[in-house]
Amino acid sequence: MAYVRSHVLVCAGTGCTSSGCKAVEKAIEQEVSRLGLDSEVKIVETGCFGFCKIGPIVMIYPEGSFYCYVKPEDAAELVSEHLLKGRMVERLLYRDVQNPKPTAFFTDIGFYKKQKRVALANCGAIDAENIEEYIALDGYQALANALTQMTPAEVIHVIKQSGLRGRGGGGFSTGLKWEFAARSPGPIKYVVCNADEGDPGAFMDRSILEGDPHAIIEAMAIAGYAIGASQGYVYVRAEYPIAVNRLSIAIDQARQLGILGKGIFGTKFSFDLSIRLGAGAFVCGEETALIASIEGKRGMPKPRPPYPAVRGLWDKPTLINNVETFANIPQILRKGAEWFAAMGTEGSKGTKVFALAGNINNTGLVEVPMGITLREIIYDIGGGIPDKKAFKACQTGGPSGGCLPASLLDTPVDYDTLTAVGSMMGSGGLIVMDESACMVDVARFFLEFTQEESCGKCVPCREGTKRMLEILERITEGHGTPDDIDLLVELSATIKGASLCGLGNTAPNPVLATLRFFRAEFEAHVVDKKCPAGVCQALLSYSVIADKCKGCTLCKKVCPVDAISGTLKQVHIIDRAKCIKCGACVPKCPFKAIVR
Amino acid sequence: MSDEKKCITCPGCDGARDPKYDEVDKVIAKYRNLEGALIMILHQTQEIFGYLPEEVQRYVAKGLNIPLADVYGVTTFYSYFSLTPRGKYRIAVCMGTACYVRGAGSLVSAFEKELAVKVGGTTPDRLFTLEVSRCIGACGLAPVLTVNEDVYGNIGPERVAGILAKYRDRQ
Repeated sequence: MAYVRSHVLVCAGTGCTSSGCKAVEKAIEQEVSRLGLDSEVKIVETGCFGFCKIGPIVMIYPEGSFYCYVKPEDAAELVSEHLLKGRMVERLLYRDVQNPKPTAFFTDIGFYKKQKRVALANCGAIDAENIEEYIALDGYQALANALTQMTPAEVIHVIKQSGLRGRGGGGFSTGLKWEFAARSPGPIKYVVCNADEGDPGAFMDRSILEGDPHAIIEAMAIAGYAIGASQGYVYVRAEYPIAVNRLSIAIDQARQLGILGKGIFGTKFSFDLSIRLGAGAFVCGEETALIASIEGKRGMPKPRPPYPAVRGLWDKPTLINNVETFANIPQILRKGAEWFAAMGTEGSKGTKVFALAGNINNTGLVEVPMGITLREIIYDIGGGIPDKKAFKACQTGGPSGGCLPASLLDTPVDYDTLTAVGSMMGSGGLIVMDESACMVDVARFFLEFTQEESCGKCVPCREGTKRMLEILERITEGHGTPDDIDLLVELSATIKGASLCGLGNTAPNPVLATLRFFRAEFEAHVVDKKCPAGVCQALLSYSVIADKCKGCTLCKKVCPVDAISGTLKQVHIIDRAKCIKCGACVPKCPFKAIVR
Repeated sequence: MSDEKKCITCPGCDGARDPKYDEVDKVIAKYRNLEGALIMILHQTQEIFGYLPEEVQRYVAKGLNIPLADVYGVTTFYSYFSLTPRGKYRIAVCMGTACYVRGAGSLVSAFEKELAVKVGGTTPDRLFTLEVSRCIGACGLAPVLTVNEDVYGNIGPERVAGILAKYRDRQ
């Protein structure tokens, strides 16, 4: 193999692809060959680095220089300066929001400092479309070791000892799940990977499939060996074309090397994988609905028990784990249960990947040890709230979770603590909202989502979420009454208790959690008919404070419907009948004289 | 020749069998023996026709020897399948939480205004269809929208006209 002195890693995750990384890669390639460096420099297309906001990201090793916002026209300078002359291009290095000095190495960047990458270990580090890069980082060693040195019971024992819990949201012990599936009798069993990442605001599963697909293949083969299955399915969203493509490539490569197929590593164990595409139904993240969808039917859930471990896909015992859960498996087997259990808290071991988004400076994907506080994630890693606005709430658990207020920022993040405060871990979406977000509107947003995604099979969910949504719409439109709040609570209890599956059981959570922490905001909507955050259009009315107005006419000029009248140096007046509440005048006023 | 094999796209022809059905035949043959392949077949069929009209659903049902109700049940359950023709360019504004919090709603309004269609509608020239999509997982770049396979991040309402012009110019 040729000696390569520099590796140029170009992030090709969905985020950086949207930011134009392909053109950057091509420009660097051209520049490298123009200077005749082809034999010394290797350009690698990797999975997601996690820091999607500042893409396209390019990292150059062995120095570990971290370049961000790279454009194709920067390629010439980058190649001739860094790769030819050995000088870093300062202007492209990362700069912190607070600290204008460039940071050369990615390990020094605040965003990465507190992170601990386990499930994301290979994402951004290897070429996901090359099996040899995975193997070079000890890939498939855990599978080889399990098949040749361990019994299935020993494999399950290690997973149980590690304390790993399901990362898809439920938080059930993975080892126990494997044990149940292993104990179910029958010659035919299945392993299913749930990659139907439906929670809005969560994208870790997609990044893992895009950046490290072989880890999932390896983990699923290990699971197949442990429970006695020889066929696996990956059920992945059709909305993730890059992930589907990389996974298909990875499966083909594994087959070519005999890592999937008959008699793997010279043993009697056979295992193969096939991909099934979802078709846009949130409920298919629920395991019984997912099974129905793989069978080619409408994705509707079934009552449990029987659990899939007993009777699942085509009525055979089936083990279903989420992508992030699987991504931890090879490393647990390689490094041992104790290594994994040493991270995290008493009840929640290991790390968790969060998708940090919303009103926050550093958006992207972060992996942190369990037990870290929300404050550390949002301020130390996320860099706080932009535009000098105040933190208002953070939403965890997607449509099944809730909004937590500033007073709970020091809550340690683990399964049990988050549930205890009225939200949940969920799949790891963490959406930060600043003072401009209306909590009633956010609750309405989630109910709109679950109502639309309710499959309609059971009445409490189908009818109940619809009624809750109507009430919330009524409140945001200014027609709510104080009784509506009680009615919401009552409906929530019924829907939670009587629905068939997890979607209905958790659908009222966003409303209950916001009522718990932001009740005053609900009351402002129904009693005072005001939206304190200024989001709910129907409740807004703009007016000019006469004392503050200097009559500069700026607001009058910007009003699209001529609702503002007044002449120079005279107090202006807003005609409420004409006003369309667009809010354009508010930021224009230099004297802050316009109020909602 | 049976009715459902007649071409459904071009007016004014004699209704000869649309060659697209040959492609569907290939898809069905590929998956016929695979259990539970209906959704995969419908995905590829929709790619061939652009949508799944009744005739095509009947054709798939017949090809797989299953009741039409099974096919119709699936096509109407999943939001990815469309029973009505869509525009050449499908604009999907992401309505995930992160995009919503960062103003996806005003993007939708801007598109509705520019295209003079509501969400779910197609422009009379069949060039654009406006849709809202579930989270596409590019939350780091919120608000996000896709036009067919192209992804646009950090988009404000002021860029809507420019994006549309780009696709109009391709005509």
